[in-house]
Amino acid sequence: MARYILWRVLQAIPVLIGTTFLIYFMVFAMPGNPLLALFGDRTPNPALLERLEEQYHLNEPFLVQYWYYLSGIFQGDFGTSFTGEPTTEILARTFPVTIRLAVLALIIQGVLGILVGLVSGLRKGKFFDSSALAVSLLLISLPIFVIAFLAQYVFGIELGWARTTVGSGAPWADLILPAFVLASVSFAQIVRLTRASVIETKSLDFVRTAYGKGLGRNRVVPVHILRNSLIPVTTYLGTDFGVLLVGATVTEGIFNVPGVGRTLFQAILRGEGPTVVSFVTVMVLIYLVVNLVIDLLYAVLDPRIRYVK
Amino acid sequence: MSGTMTSATTPLLDIRDLHVGFQTKDGLVPAVRGVDLSIMPGETLAIVGESGSGKSTTAHAIIDLLPGSGRVTQGKILFEGRDLTTLDRREMEGVRGKLIGLVPQDPMSNLNPVWSVGFQVEEAIRANGVASGRKEVREHAIRVLKEAGLDDADTRLKQFPHQFSGGMRQRVLIGIGLSSRPKLLIADEPTSALDVTVQKRILDHLATLTGDAGTAVLFITHDLGLAADRAEKLVVMYKGRVVEAGPSRQILEDPQHPYTQRLVAAAPSLASRRIQASGGHLESITHETPARSAGVDLIAAGGERSHHAHAASAEPAIVVDHLTKEFKIRGGKGTSKVLRAVDDVSFSIPRGTTMALVGESGSGKTTVARMLLKLESITSGSITIDGTDIAGLNRRQLFSLRSKMQPVFQDPYGSLDPLRSIGATIAEPLVTHNVGTSAERRARVRELLDQVALPEKLIGRFPNELSGGQRQRVAIARALALKPEIVVLDEAVSALDVLVQAQILTLLAELQAELNLTYLFITHDLAVVRVIADTVAVMSKGRIVEAATTDEVFGNPRETYTRELLEAIPGAGLALGA
Amino acid sequence: MSSNTEGRKPTHFVAPPEDTPLAEIDTVSIDEKPSNLWRDAWRDLRVRPMFWISAALILLVSTAALFPYLFTLTPPNSECFLSNSNGGPTDGHPLGFTKLGCDVYSRIIHGASTSISVGFIVVFITTVLGLLAGSISGFYGGWLDAVISRIGDIFFSIPYILAAVVVMSVLSAYRSVWVISLAIGLFAWPVVARVLRSEILRVKASDFVTAAEALGVSRFKILVQHVLPNSIAPVIVITTISLASAIVAEATLSFLGVGLPSTTMSWGNDISAAQVDLRTNPQTLIYPSIALSITVFAFIMLGEVLRDALDPKARALR
Repeated sequence: MARYILWRVLQAIPVLIGTTFLIYFMVFAMPGNPLLALFGDRTPNPALLERLEEQYHLNEPFLVQYWYYLSGIFQGDFGTSFTGEPTTEILARTFPVTIRLAVLALIIQGVLGILVGLVSGLRKGKFFDSSALAVSLLLISLPIFVIAFLAQYVFGIELGWARTTVGSGAPWADLILPAFVLASVSFAQIVRLTRASVIETKSLDFVRTAYGKGLGRNRVVPVHILRNSLIPVTTYLGTDFGVLLVGATVTEGIFNVPGVGRTLFQAILRGEGPTVVSFVTVMVLIYLVVNLVIDLLYAVLDPRIRYVK
Repeated sequence: MSGTMTSATTPLLDIRDLHVGFQTKDGLVPAVRGVDLSIMPGETLAIVGESGSGKSTTAHAIIDLLPGSGRVTQGKILFEGRDLTTLDRREMEGVRGKLIGLVPQDPMSNLNPVWSVGFQVEEAIRANGVASGRKEVREHAIRVLKEAGLDDADTRLKQFPHQFSGGMRQRVLIGIGLSSRPKLLIADEPTSALDVTVQKRILDHLATLTGDAGTAVLFITHDLGLAADRAEKLVVMYKGRVVEAGPSRQILEDPQHPYTQRLVAAAPSLASRRIQASGGHLESITHETPARSAGVDLIAAGGERSHHAHAASAEPAIVVDHLTKEFKIRGGKGTSKVLRAVDDVSFSIPRGTTMALVGESGSGKTTVARMLLKLESITSGSITIDGTDIAGLNRRQLFSLRSKMQPVFQDPYGSLDPLRSIGATIAEPLVTHNVGTSAERRARVRELLDQVALPEKLIGRFPNELSGGQRQRVAIARALALKPEIVVLDEAVSALDVLVQAQILTLLAELQAELNLTYLFITHDLAVVRVIADTVAVMSKGRIVEAATTDEVFGNPRETYTRELLEAIPGAGLALGA
Repeated sequence: MSSNTEGRKPTHFVAPPEDTPLAEIDTVSIDEKPSNLWRDAWRDLRVRPMFWISAALILLVSTAALFPYLFTLTPPNSECFLSNSNGGPTDGHPLGFTKLGCDVYSRIIHGASTSISVGFIVVFITTVLGLLAGSISGFYGGWLDAVISRIGDIFFSIPYILAAVVVMSVLSAYRSVWVISLAIGLFAWPVVARVLRSEILRVKASDFVTAAEALGVSRFKILVQHVLPNSIAPVIVITTISLASAIVAEATLSFLGVGLPSTTMSWGNDISAAQVDLRTNPQTLIYPSIALSITVFAFIMLGEVLRDALDPKARALR
């Protein structure tokens, strides 16, 4: 197990270097003055421009610039925002809110999604299953901002059950609606994936053998069917995290949740290039870490992985 | 009918007029149609049949574990007088495991890969109320596994199924099946996925365990020899019905139903035993094959081949000299280990004869075939075909060598490209080697289909419309398209049902006589070897441990390993008259 | 001999042969039409209403994209009068007007071409890159596989919408359908490559590939004639679904303001512009949302029915 962890962590390093290089390359290998491009059609404040030029070491060769940028990241320096505030300070302010939203969303999509998928898979072809399939197909087809506006309009404006924007301090209650919106797409995917996995698992030989050795359904379903079905679902959660990050940006923007996503959302809207780049970098790093954790979790769930490497 | 009570003892299991059907889009498809059978306490009964005969369905119906849409549509299953078909789910859960144990077919897929072996034994013990309390359950699990032949059970309890070999997993499954001392054990092809020597050891062990405990056993198998070896009573099933039932010996020696006669004629284990008993001379076997068994009679096929082989020249088609193959496998901590898959192997095959390369899984036999076919590089040693060393060939020479030597593989489902029509598949060698005009190629394809006894109308069809045996025929036709001298048959009949297997073996013998082919026949099944091969090389752990003519190897084996393999052929307990 | 009734000896039962007639062994029965994966899939698709519904929707949207004037004669951008601002439906303007007084229906019809173009261009890019990368790394293996797979990992590790946000932010001066498609496609190809690679690895291990090798068929021919045709089905499915994802990605980027310039007709742009009036004038937001969702739904549904038809395992899930 220890060797597996080490192996996975070592494997993540070239990917980390590659992704940061790619982001840096996209921004700073563009023709012309990359800083001016970052500011779009606006004229940046000369003092800030000077600081950025210094920070990005623009007068050095490209690879040296990248080296400074990479070592900055390792020291926790993700750059400076458009307004001159260090990214880390904005992160410290906004991150806790996003975590709260993400936890809610993960609970909804994970617990609810797996539960619905399990029941659906066990009752394949029945009414519950058909409805779950139809609803999930519909949810997958709706872009997240459409779902967000729909939820805002129906629950916020027409029914008045929830506030359309989150209050200051982002109380849990206000986050429920955005969390449902954020979870919706992944919820649908998890329902379908769990269902498929349950249907496949329940026809496997070892399930029949489990019944054959005298176990009751109440034991076979959770211990043998559900437990094994969770493996592909877990792997999916890793890749799905990218969708969640983009979703969080849109959802936080629309519901005005004062989190990391909204900061990026507003920076994009306002064309604040430096902020966009540093926040995308942060998100990609989070994505990498989450995927690493999922990979390790995968090894916990599947002993075949644990002992091979 | 078959379960006529002849004494005061009541049967433990009494199945009366059982019908099982599967619900499909086109209605109810019957799988079992009126089966009667009974098992006395402590008795062993075997159901024999090919795939699709309904033998496994019958077994699964007993413990209500029919797959998918299957259900009992008619009849009674009386277990100790209680009709199991009327039980509800909870009552059935009380029967399974506790009263009727199950040993499933494939040890690789019947243990849950994510739970430790100990966990899976313990949950069975707990569910059946055999023991309670952590320590007691654990001790019971260890005892059960030790009884099943896992001597180091206490230290291996925490390990996962993938850390066990196939044979060990089957022992675990046997342990689970017997863990609560059931009165009846259903053993569904319990060893068909294992090597023969492992199979024998496990079945011997199972027989001792059930014999000691007085457990009745319902044995499901496709191998008539195995069934007769292991059970007092046989039930032969064909297309969902019982065609013959009675004492094993009686059925084997004097099969009455035409289907049973066919099976007896086609079973390699029985044919090989029978040849053995006759002193090894095929010609001296006096047996009347009923006309219906023509085409599947292995002894007749063997006779035809041996007649022909006597006329064959002694000039070798293939000479393999000190052949060695090493693979580098990455070990832990960046080290690499060298695995010697083939170790100093030498043999030669005279033109027009068949050499069988026999060995259990991992013996290196397939690697030899791959090197011969130039699909794998040679580490050291040489292979000479028709006097040319194949190592030094350039591209063009290699290309023309390929037309002289063609393979047929094991898996009928993987050996044909599913998206190519049968005609295109058989014509591919001709197209690749630019033989003839397209009209000539079409004519050749028709000729080849005829040679392998398939109708011409298959030309525009696709592999998924064919059965396994028919696919192997197509694969043989493809291999023969370029009129090769050598055909490498890598387990080419191992995946087929007995009767189909006998048919293909007969076809191969006929083709060899007709076209003077040289066969390298790679197999794990020594019984088949007896009827198809002129010479035999037995491989173990990369080395050839014994090589001689078939008669010598079977009549006078010099190595212990060969002897062990021979003894493992089912049917050893039967003294079948010549 | 079958009437032995002494002791416990069981009787020897033989079924009457006339009740249990023997069939020929392994007879060829080919009564039905020739069938293989593609023919079976078509037979399966043909009878499924979901297939026809999604096909019809895709045809409809594609026609609107190619020939918008078949559906409306009102120009989407000119003929906007502020006097119509956020106005309700009137004669000839069935869906009302936007804040700037443009015809909503016409804008939706004209927006179709953006979504469809982006979808197809992205899929073209991802398919070409994915096929190349997937075939090389799956079929030829070795160090090429290692290098290509690691490069794929890197591109895969940046969620493609985030990557496109960065690219589009930097290239704000050059925003167009082609640039946005390139930005999305450049980061979406690893999905196709991964699916193809694993599929090729599976097919490559088949005996029919070894048989072709033993015949002396060249490596490239084996790839093109045997391996790719047998590996392509899942790629088609994933491609159809990723077409939907590309349409969503464009709309999301436009919604965020880093997609297409506001002068280009795009459902994402219209939804973005309408959001401020959600409370007072929801229909200007809802109609383009419906158009977008129906288009996405059509492609996803097509992908699902294709998966059902092409993958026997998926068919069992139905």
